[in-house]
Parts: sequence; structure tokens; C-alpha cells
Amino acid sequence: MDYSQIVSKKASGLKPSGIRKYFDIAAKLDNVISLGIGEPDFSTPWTVRREAIKALERGKTIYTANPGLISLRRSISAYTAEKTGVTYDPDGEIIVTVGGSEAIDLTVRTIVEPGDEVIIPEPSFVCYKPIVELTGGIPVIIETKEENSFKLTAQQLKEKITDRTKLLILPYPNNPTGAVMTKRDLEPIAEALKGTDIMVLTDEIYSELTYGQKHFSIISLPGMKERTVYVNGFSKAFAMTGWRLGYMCGPKEVLTHALKIHQFGIMSSPTVSQYAAIEALSSCSEDVANMVSEYDMRRRYLVDAFNRLGLRCFMPEGAFYVFPCIKSTGLSSDAFCEKLLYSKRVAVIPGTAFGDCGEGYVRVSYAYSLKHLKTAVERIAEFLEELKNA
Amino acid sequence: MTDRLMKLLKTNARLSNAEIAVMLGATEKEVADKIAELESAGVIKGYTTVFDEDVVSKDYVRAVIELKVTPKAQVGYDAIARHIAQYTEVENIYLVSGGYDLSITLRCHSLKEVSDYVAQRLATIDGVVSTTTHFFLQKYKESGIMLISEEADERVMQ
Ligand SMILES: Cc1ncc(COP(=O)(O)O)c(C=O)c1O
Repeated sequence: MDYSQIVSKKASGLKPSGIRKYFDIAAKLDNVISLGIGEPDFSTPWTVRREAIKALERGKTIYTANPGLISLRRSISAYTAEKTGVTYDPDGEIIVTVGGSEAIDLTVRTIVEPGDEVIIPEPSFVCYKPIVELTGGIPVIIETKEENSFKLTAQQLKEKITDRTKLLILPYPNNPTGAVMTKRDLEPIAEALKGTDIMVLTDEIYSELTYGQKHFSIISLPGMKERTVYVNGFSKAFAMTGWRLGYMCGPKEVLTHALKIHQFGIMSSPTVSQYAAIEALSSCSEDVANMVSEYDMRRRYLVDAFNRLGLRCFMPEGAFYVFPCIKSTGLSSDAFCEKLLYSKRVAVIPGTAFGDCGEGYVRVSYAYSLKHLKTAVERIAEFLEELKNA
Repeated sequence: MTDRLMKLLKTNARLSNAEIAVMLGATEKEVADKIAELESAGVIKGYTTVFDEDVVSKDYVRAVIELKVTPKAQVGYDAIARHIAQYTEVENIYLVSGGYDLSITLRCHSLKEVSDYVAQRLATIDGVVSTTTHFFLQKYKESGIMLISEEADERVMQ
């Protein structure tokens, strides 16, 4: 069979994630120290795991309602209201999804038609562009800059808005840069959208992992709730990546249609995870605070270490990544990562995996113990020394 | 800052003040002052190292002894505990609630040494009613530090 004729052009045209390649190389080498992972090194808080066990013991193994358990949707509504001051109706304005990932996919598929422009600030998470491309939408990239602390500026946004702009993806706190957008940063963005029909997909999956100020959501600004789909989830805040649970909140008029796609494609999100998630939202604030405190110390350690090594490193205020600049080595991001991996067995991800403008940077995750990070930094120091002497 | 500082020192007392300062977003002087304050307030009692001695030698035995005592009118539990605490073999002593009174951890060179210690030193103390000895078979975690090898990191890059 000629599979090249069988596989759709859209699927075959997708570029594989730039992270995958390093994983494949690293898997073949011994004694690799990875700094490439994008998920917490903590286990899910025990009380959450216990709720899952209880749910299993009680035989809670059937589908839930399509948008998720009503009790969980009520918890999400209360939790979101507490964090943002914005209240969503559990009946119609909230869908429990298979991770933030599905929420992003649903939002794009519900809103974007072929030819519609979707503005995506980069560097950013790897899934936005391919999902937009699958719907036939046109990704319009905004390159955020280190000198602007990798924030999206209203000026940049205005330059890219056309009459075909349908959606703005707002990826903050940001993976891979660790940048955040404060209330003052978001106000002019909201202002620029006023009077347009542009929707916003705000991916706030890292909202609990901020280290300076408390996270501020764009939905808290006047007039934004009605034009925003708010995406969040359990993976990062509660160390629950494998539970595959997230959620989206937004206008009924949009979510009604998103729910149909969810129903036909997924049916309902994992039931046991949903029972456990109620516990996460109601009683894990101390666990989250402890994880945040731990991440914060590692973040400060790494930023200091990279700056000392002569790799200028922006101080991130969210997520669990640092994004040092490697231009001083004269290597491309890709070459830097490959050489470092082969010669010192340390895996980091090239900035280019998150957009072309990530060239000159690498993403380093601190979802690792301090001990692990120290060993990695020692190896990177040797690597840089050898580069200098080469 | 105090909580985080204590947490750092608890798992690694060898961190330098400079390293701690970076991680806490404080100055080196603030860290030095805080540590001095904790030391003089008696919060920090000492700095120790957690060894996995099994790696170098199996030449020792540890046991926990449960001691029931009848405190004497004037002196109470403290006097007995103080007396026992003098011996170098004793690693920890706690007064506990429940079926016995003092919990004592011992470290000796042999089973014989433990039993001699219990029979000759502990059982003979005035006020000691009974002793129960439990030998340690396997260490898993000590002072918050895992002594068993960590599970492999199965996370994948995506
Ligand atoms: C920015 C961002 N959004 C969304 C996700 C998806 O997370 P999940 O589907 O586990 O909720 C990730 C995961 O790495 C991410 O980094």
C-alpha cells in the first residue's frame, strides 16, 4: 500500500515536536542527566491519591456527565472565583477536559475556520501552532523579546491584528521562558482588543507556579470574560500530569459547541481523576505552597549559576523553566544541545523547539532535586570550559 | 525566611551561606545573621551528617529499647533520662506516651554489647520496671533523608 496517499496531508505535514529528538538521543546514551522534562518531580499530594483509591473502592468506574462531574464543576467554579474574582456557571460555562491539552484543542477547533488568523506569541508551548494548522487556521507569530522580559506588548499585538484575526493565544505564565504578564501588562492588551470580535484563549496551566507576585488573569479585567476561554488544569499545580485532567471556562455560546466535540471525541474525562481532583481544589493549598517554595529555591539557584557561567539568564517569574541565552558560545541552540548531550550527557531543550525566535536560547527545567541540578550545572561548566579551550 | 533556611540546612548542612543566600533571595549577611540567631536561641543544636554506614561496614548493631519506669517522687523521668543520656552508645532518648515511658536508640558493636548494656546498665537503674529490646533490621529513611536508592525517573521529554 502507498501510505503516502493514505495519510492525510494535514497529518503528514505536521512537524514532530522539537523536544522528541532529544528524548530519542538521550534514551540511547548512558548516564544522562536530563533537564528536559516538563512535568513536576513531586508526587501528587497523598490526600488526592487517597480520594482516587476511595473512588475505585466504591466502584466509581462509569462515565461521568459529558462536561464532567457536577460536583467537580462546582469546585472549579468556586476555586476560579476565589483566584480571579470571576464566576463561571458550573452548568454551561465549564467543561472538564483531558488535560489543558484537550481544552486548547477544543477551543481552537470550536472557534477557528480555515483561513482565520490566530495570533500566537512565541517562544511558547509546542501544541498551539500544529493544532491551529490542523483546523486550517493561519498561525500569526509574535516574537516576544528578552528585553521585554518575553512579554507580549500591545504594540506588537496591534501590528498583527487584521480583519481576519479570530483568536489570540495568551500563553502566560510561559513555557519555556518563565515569563508572566502582570495586571499592568495585560491592561493595554485588553484595551487593544476592545471593540473587536477577537477571542482570547488564555492558557494559565502554570497559574499556581509564580514566584514574584501572585498570578493575575486576563479574565479579571473588565469586558474580558465574555471574549475569553480560560484554560487551566491539574497537571502542574498539583503534580497530576498522568491523571489527564484540565478544564476550560468561557461563554456558554462557545462552550455549548465545544461540548459537542468533547462528547463525540472523548465522551467524558477520566472518572477516578475527577473524584480526586475535587480534593486537590479543596484542600491542597499547603502542598502547592510547599512545591512552589521548593521550585523557587531551585529557580534562584539556576539563574545565579547560569549567569556565573556567562550564560545570561533572564529571571523567570513563573512555571518551572529557566531560559538562558547561549549566544555567547557562538553555537546555535540545536548545536549547543547536541554537543552538550553527546559530550557531557546533559539534556536541555533548544529554544527553537518553541518557535524560531527561541534561537540563541535553551530551555532548562528545574523540576528536579537540587542535587540533580547541581550535578548538571557542574557538567555544563566543564562543557563551557572545554568549548573555550577548543 | 526562617522556615526555608531550616529546610535547606536540614537536608544539607554543608551548603555555604552564599549558596543559601542565592536560593532564598537574601544577602549573605542576612543568612549569617539568621543562622547566628538560631544558634544562640538554641533552635539549631548542631550540625550532623547522615551516613549509610552499611556501605562501609556491617560492624555495628542498632536497637530501640522500650523502658518502663516508676518515677521516684522527687526526681521524675528527667533524672533517669539524664543518667541514661550520658552513655555514648545512646543516640536518642524520648519520653513517650503509651505502653512504656522512655524510648532509647542504641548503637553498639554487637548483639552481645546491646544485651550487656541493657542488662547491666539499664535494667539495674533504680525505678526501671521493665525493658523490651527491638533490633533494627533495615534502614530506609533517616533524618528526612532516603537511604534506599531512589526509583528511576520515568518521566519523558515531550
Ligand atoms: C503551557 C502549557 N499548556 C498546556 C500544557 C498541557 O498540560 P496538560 O494537558 O497536562 O494539562 C502544558 C504541558 O506541558 C504546557 O506547558
